Amino acid sequence: MLQGWVVVATSFAYLGLLFAIAYYADRRADAGRSLIANPYIYALSLAVYATAWTFYGSVGRAASDGVGFLPIYIGPTLMIALWWVVMRKILRISKEHRITSLADFIASRYGKSALLGGVVTVIAVIGIVPYISLQLKAVSNSFTIVLQYPAIVMPAKVGAVPVLQDTALWVALSLALFTILFGTRHLYSAEHHEGMVAAIAFESLVKLLAFVAVGVFVTYGVYGGFGDVFARAAADPELRPLLTPLEGVAGGYASWAWLTILSMLAIMFLPRQFQVTVIENTDEKHLNKAIWLFPLYMLAINLFVLPIAFGGRLHFPGGVVDADTFVLTIPMAERQELLALLVFVGGLSAATGMVIVETIALSTMVCNDFLMPVLLRMKSLRLNERTDLTGLLLGIRRGAILLILLLGYLYFRLAGEAYALVSIGLISFAAVAQFAPAALGGIFWKGGTRRGALAGLAAGFAIWSYTLLLPALARSGWLPIGLLEQGPFGVALLRPLQLFGLSGLDQITHAMLWSMIANLGAYVLVSLSGPQSAEEHRQASLFVDVFRRSPEAGGARFWRGTASATDLHNLLARFLGVAAADEAFREYAQRKGLLWPAQALDADAEFVHHVETQLAGAIGASSARIMVASAVKEEALTLEEVRKIVDEASQVVMYSHRLEQKSRELEAASTELRAANEQLKELDRLKDDFLSTVTHELRTPLTSIRAFSEILARDPKVDLEQRRRFLGIIAKETERLTRLINQVLDLAKVESGRADWSETAVDLREVIDDTVGAMSQVFKERNVRLELQLPAKVPPVTGDLDRIIQVMLNLLSNAVKFCDPQHGRIGVTLAEQGSALRVEVCDNGPGVLPGDEKIIFDKFVQAGDTLTDKPQGSGLGLYICRHIVEHHGGRIWVQRAPDGEGACFMFTLPIERSAVETKTKRRRHGEESADR
Amino acid sequence: MAKKVLIVDDEPNIVTALEYLLAQSGYQVKVAQNGEEGLELVGSFAPDLVLLDVMMPRVNGYEVCRRIRERPEWQHVKIVMLSARGREVEVSKGLSLGADLYVVKPFSNTELVAQIGGLLAGT
Amino acid sequence: MHGFEKKGQRMVALCMLGCLLFNFPVLALFNVPATFLGVPVLYAYIFVAWGLLIALMARVAEKRD
Repeated sequence: MLQGWVVVATSFAYLGLLFAIAYYADRRADAGRSLIANPYIYALSLAVYATAWTFYGSVGRAASDGVGFLPIYIGPTLMIALWWVVMRKILRISKEHRITSLADFIASRYGKSALLGGVVTVIAVIGIVPYISLQLKAVSNSFTIVLQYPAIVMPAKVGAVPVLQDTALWVALSLALFTILFGTRHLYSAEHHEGMVAAIAFESLVKLLAFVAVGVFVTYGVYGGFGDVFARAAADPELRPLLTPLEGVAGGYASWAWLTILSMLAIMFLPRQFQVTVIENTDEKHLNKAIWLFPLYMLAINLFVLPIAFGGRLHFPGGVVDADTFVLTIPMAERQELLALLVFVGGLSAATGMVIVETIALSTMVCNDFLMPVLLRMKSLRLNERTDLTGLLLGIRRGAILLILLLGYLYFRLAGEAYALVSIGLISFAAVAQFAPAALGGIFWKGGTRRGALAGLAAGFAIWSYTLLLPALARSGWLPIGLLEQGPFGVALLRPLQLFGLSGLDQITHAMLWSMIANLGAYVLVSLSGPQSAEEHRQASLFVDVFRRSPEAGGARFWRGTASATDLHNLLARFLGVAAADEAFREYAQRKGLLWPAQALDADAEFVHHVETQLAGAIGASSARIMVASAVKEEALTLEEVRKIVDEASQVVMYSHRLEQKSRELEAASTELRAANEQLKELDRLKDDFLSTVTHELRTPLTSIRAFSEILARDPKVDLEQRRRFLGIIAKETERLTRLINQVLDLAKVESGRADWSETAVDLREVIDDTVGAMSQVFKERNVRLELQLPAKVPPVTGDLDRIIQVMLNLLSNAVKFCDPQHGRIGVTLAEQGSALRVEVCDNGPGVLPGDEKIIFDKFVQAGDTLTDKPQGSGLGLYICRHIVEHHGGRIWVQRAPDGEGACFMFTLPIERSAVETKTKRRRHGEESADR
Repeated sequence: MAKKVLIVDDEPNIVTALEYLLAQSGYQVKVAQNGEEGLELVGSFAPDLVLLDVMMPRVNGYEVCRRIRERPEWQHVKIVMLSARGREVEVSKGLSLGADLYVVKPFSNTELVAQIGGLLAGT
Repeated sequence: MHGFEKKGQRMVALCMLGCLLFNFPVLALFNVPATFLGVPVLYAYIFVAWGLLIALMARVAEKRD
């Protein structure tokens, strides 16, 4: 079943399926129902990170040094934790500036420098070429191996095959064709390649599925599970060291740490990662899911690497089979044809995914940041006069894709045999890591300059070429090997693999160390030593402060000059086509509330800025800058002016922050005022009610007093007995009046805080005995039965004796008032409860209405409806009680009596309040009264 | 035959005073301590005049007044409302419900007796 | 804005935690010839710690502000 035609047909069927998915996703996007605008597709598309290197190479690396492949995936996990801080910023900047690629990003940050964009492009292309060659090598090798089935034969040396019979060439050409069909259907590169992203996400599923399938097969089908594989490996003297590999094999911990750092940078700055993470991102919020889903994907695809690696070495002893092919050769050796085919497709998907995205990203760079700026400057080409450049742009991109893949093939022919898959990939990682200082420095440090970035990149790239690229070429025989062994011109200090005599590190660690020192050093030193141009200063501030300014306030403020709307329209039409130019104009007009073309647009600074960003979306920032400059008459701003604008902008931001804060404060204050007003109104109403109640309470005894005194004064016939009775009533009612007046006065005192509180030890039992005794006459009159439950002795509480008696009297007279008129029963209980004493006064009256339990302790509030129920007091008693109890640090509340009838009023007073607390409380009281 | 007066009030001391005062003036007096009892006595005792306190538990004075005025056979009964609340709204509410007189506590004995006499003179 | 900053700080802390877990000397503690459920201790440790780190990142990332 693994005949040549089946494999080829399967491959093309798979590519066809990809194309169908891409086509469908593009159609959906055109219809406005995007397929990729969801966080899961976004996370899967990030997994383009896992290439043929992961698919085949991880096992190869694991087979020779155990855990050494893992930093490549752990590093990105660590970096992604920082994405919330770093990537959100890059995303925001890229969206505002319509960034089209990594080169565009860096060039744009350093004053839209075309030179810098070009340098980044060159480094990216040269750096990535080995990586693309790796994919070609993996696909063509796997193809060759599958074709030999059932025999397992390693592919012949590359040089031995004539170019036209080389599978790798045909793979490269098919992939180029496929990518061109795929990625250059639209021109506008800041827009999303929705079809491509959908296809990539699908490929990520396929490769994961295929790899896990092999993993499960090897671990559980060929061997008896993880334990079995590792046990057999431990028994093998050759493999045993790999179980504790960190000291020896891979140069130990330093190598591990550097690989981690390298991968952290690679996940940010590989052109394809920048493409899927930044350019293709549709919504910043998708980061939330990607931050954990993508690392989870990496964990899953690495789970079976070690079992396959050890399984392979056990299966093919003696090193006859290349460990990079174990994923494919084990299923073949076990005669699992279908699985082998699935593995082949999985490897193909890993490689094609990488190649498609990488070449699209690189071709955008080559076109926008390398060729266009050059072509536009060449007056002889008269590009400025051509009315439609869209065809030219597409042509350049397609050419670039083909060129890059052919370069990849060339590298494969030149150097492909000298290294294992992983080592080739790491060379590319080290190249893109050179972008880190300029890119990361650029978004956090305003001081970084164009010259600094150029110097850093140049220095880093030079060291990279010298310590990684040159040895690769030398080992493949294209440069004299003596260069490595004796150093150039025999200078041992300059040996590329032991630069300045530094030895003992593996090649990557060695190269990373020196290139990073050179890169970072040059970037910082040159940035600090030279001035910044106006344009650089403005871009630096726009990038670093992206979260601190409103999007509208962006670049427009920095432009001054004159332009005509027609010129600008022509300019856009030349690069984007007339339809897209119209659309851009309409969109801008709509934002301004105008109807274009019926109403003319004013070509002011903001409009010119809008056109420039639109243009940048197609041809990159530096080219757009050149083109806009040619179309409008711009007055250059001096550095001083830009500084002033930046300062003003930050001042405006500061003012607006302050304003916002002030208005928030005002709002809060007005809410407070409104609440206070409501409270006042409520208090006013309560006061009215209170006055009315008090008036009633005063008039009732007065009525009796007046009536009886008139009778006594005017009626001589009243007999002595009655005379005495009437006088008694007068005396009682007078007392009632006095009591009421005292309560009102008490209230005034208690409320104003002027009450004098004495502090003595109070025996609550004694208090209860005394008050009950004082009221015994009343109980008798009202026929109330009293039930006391008092412990023989209780610890004293500290407090004001008179006030506590007042509370007790109040509760008791309340109880008398409310208890059953015929068979009144009042229960008084005293008990210790924790560090407090609790007093209960229960009656068998109607009880408190549910919902009233809290408010009856408020001032002026009485139980029941004041119209139907005659109020039984002034409404002050309980309020005063609460005040007194709380002043003593206790609590007072009411609940239904245990037998369900009547009300139980309870209060607690803490035992032994410490002297300190009492003192501070008193002092606070003193201060309060002093304030009034 | 002596005119009959019904006192409806829950404040025992005021009741005592009114009872004494009216008995001295030659009326036949009965006392009800709340609104419900008062309404019963209007039927059984058939007073010529009711002295009605406004603020009483359960059925208040306004309600008693309204219920008396509902019954055609009690239309002739004079009603004097007594209240410690003397705001205008309260007075006019009492009068609008059909009271003949609204007296604010504390009152003058002679005035009250004179007014009651005046009200009953017409019947 | 405050929530954003807090989330950022938590993420940076997680990155530092990761750097600690996957480096010398913590790694060296597990680089021993023993097995855990049949799997060499070093490998078991790396995958378990990795999984935990991802779980923590998910928790922080998905938390609503």
